[in-house]
Amino acid sequence: MSETVQLFHTCLVNEIEPEVGMATVRLLERLGLKVEVPLEQTCCGQPAYNAGFHDEAKAAARHTLRVLGATAGLIIVPSGSCADMLVHQYPLLFQDEPEWLEKARAVGARCRELSQFLAERWHSMPGPARLAARVAYHPSCHLLRGLGVREPPLELLRAIEGVELVEVEDQEECCGFGGLFSIKQPEISGHMLERKLQNVTASGAERLVACDLGCLLNLGGGLRRKGVPLKVQHLAQVLDEALK
Amino acid sequence: MNALPAFPERVRSALGDGRLHVALGRATQALRSRRGAALASLEEAERVRDLARKARLEVLADLGAQLQRFEERLVASGASVHWAESGDDANRIVLEIARQHAVKRVVKSKSMATEETHLNESLQHAGLEVVETDLGEYVVQLAEDRPSHIILPIIHMTREAVGAVMHERLQVPLSDDPKTLAGYARIRLREEFLRADMGITGANFGVVETGAICLVTNEGNGRMVTTLPRVQVVLMGIEKLVPTLQDLDPFLKLLARSATGQKITTYTTLIRGPRRPDDECGPQALHVVLLDNGRSRLLAGENAEILGCIRCGACLNVCPIYKSIGGHAYGDTYPGPIGAVVTPALRGLHGWSELPAASTLCGACRDVCPVRLDIPRMLLSLRRDTARAEGAPLGIRLGIKVFSWIAPRPALYRFVARAARHLLRALARQGWLRRLHGPAAGWTAVRDFKAPAAKTFQDLFERRQPPPARATGSTPGASAGALGGQE
Repeated sequence: MSETVQLFHTCLVNEIEPEVGMATVRLLERLGLKVEVPLEQTCCGQPAYNAGFHDEAKAAARHTLRVLGATAGLIIVPSGSCADMLVHQYPLLFQDEPEWLEKARAVGARCRELSQFLAERWHSMPGPARLAARVAYHPSCHLLRGLGVREPPLELLRAIEGVELVEVEDQEECCGFGGLFSIKQPEISGHMLERKLQNVTASGAERLVACDLGCLLNLGGGLRRKGVPLKVQHLAQVLDEALK
Repeated sequence: MNALPAFPERVRSALGDGRLHVALGRATQALRSRRGAALASLEEAERVRDLARKARLEVLADLGAQLQRFEERLVASGASVHWAESGDDANRIVLEIARQHAVKRVVKSKSMATEETHLNESLQHAGLEVVETDLGEYVVQLAEDRPSHIILPIIHMTREAVGAVMHERLQVPLSDDPKTLAGYARIRLREEFLRADMGITGANFGVVETGAICLVTNEGNGRMVTTLPRVQVVLMGIEKLVPTLQDLDPFLKLLARSATGQKITTYTTLIRGPRRPDDECGPQALHVVLLDNGRSRLLAGENAEILGCIRCGACLNVCPIYKSIGGHAYGDTYPGPIGAVVTPALRGLHGWSELPAASTLCGACRDVCPVRLDIPRMLLSLRRDTARAEGAPLGIRLGIKVFSWIAPRPALYRFVARAARHLLRALARQGWLRRLHGPAAGWTAVRDFKAPAAKTFQDLFERRQPPPARATGSTPGASAGALGGQE
């Protein structure tokens, strides 16, 4: 019997960039996994949590824990930020509520950020991955420093025949997204974004790849505003394209 | 002091300052790479950091008793000990000491505690002459500016600007050569050291077991300040204690490496008591002023950890916000990530709640901190306190209320999301929006917004498979909050 995994697709993927979710499903199915999507999932609550509204965040978090808690198998999350919310922030949010803390820990232990999971299983991925492209990778902050996932996305990109990974100056610096920060502090956010985009365009990359849709929407929106025709993609889309 | 402009104004003026970004970009880049190399040279660096963190947290957990012992040892060494509840108290105490010893001229080595209490203004107001002797602080004083970095007070100035200030204030030939400029300062400061009646320093650490004050400096001015004048005052925060001399070890290894990328600073000074009868130099009187100024309150709260900070400034050098807005925009003594926690914690959230809000929680500060302070966690806790005390702009507050109401109700959530999606798609051109309104206007102020897709992921996912046997659906009208993943 094939292994079943749950996909926590995240709200941004569902509403704005569903192709990231479809690419994720195809990748997981190529690995021989049965992918289930708990359809009652909504949003993990991070926007409210980061804005300081913990009670409101708890409402979303409890719902997410109920939905995911009722499923079985690993929970795959195609976002470092949402995965960090589930794995690290839920236990902090519920530190004074033992019953929910236990649920949060149980769900957190089943969570895998997508690149982390794919890198572990890549050896059983059938077919050659080929794609001729000069790629810049942007390590999103919560993936890199929250979850401590530095190498897996790079390993996956290197596993694609024809991909040339280019260096970006100050590669590990934040792109200026920061959730609601991006609309509450547009000037600071825009200044950080501009610095990031200058470094990205100077790298000579044709595509900019990351594992978080929030950062990608920020980066992509900034590039479009500047009129720079650089392709912005989620890692799942690049891997999916390379395996086709 | 002039009234401080509001945070948005401070930010705007910093963001418009191109020279600031040139200066900050160069300096923080150099500091980052030097720190990286210096830390790599430390054997078992991660273990040393763990040790240092543990030592700081242990002292903080037992601070009352440690302070009592420290006071006993200080008194036994011949020093006088003073307790200052507030910054004003500290300034008053130092002024009394100055009067008691008939002091007219004061030299200072670099101290964040004296910046925190605005000691210079207070002493000058009382008619004393006060000269900063750390090169950076000296330039700040000449320029009537404010420091913008914990370690490099004039990180915001180019060397050309420093040369111009010295030329104007000291009547020396114009230069932009750092060595020449340091030479000008050296000549002037020599005279000041010899003329001074009182030397004022901070403390990097206080050693409880011996009552010693540890100073870590590079320019030699600290030695002059602590040996030449007849009276010495140490103003230190109550949190800066280590139990034994041996406990200094991890901190001396980490501080210079994290701050300036040096393996060790040029001078590590341990001062124990005033001059003894057979000593050849040193002050006749040593006064130690222990400053609370909000620290006890902070110690009792959930962010007590921040008192573990050893003031290395490494978090500033990696902070993308600091890189954009510089130190002055933080508006108070401590800039950067550490300031975003310490300032509201010491001075109250009111008027300072924008500092913890102005962060992407990127975590670079936590990664680089030698004692692993979890600054993002503390920023989140201050944001929670802000939301409770002050709320938020109406648009955001309403948005979050609505969000928390619909997030646990999948059917309603889908319905609202679908409406928003349709609206955004109707307003979009070629799949993008150039302008959003209301609380989201900030997004399109600096970047375009990608319109949502016509179909959600769930729509696409469901369509590609034969309809699975499910207990509940996701269509509007399905029982809200019902469970049941797809089987």
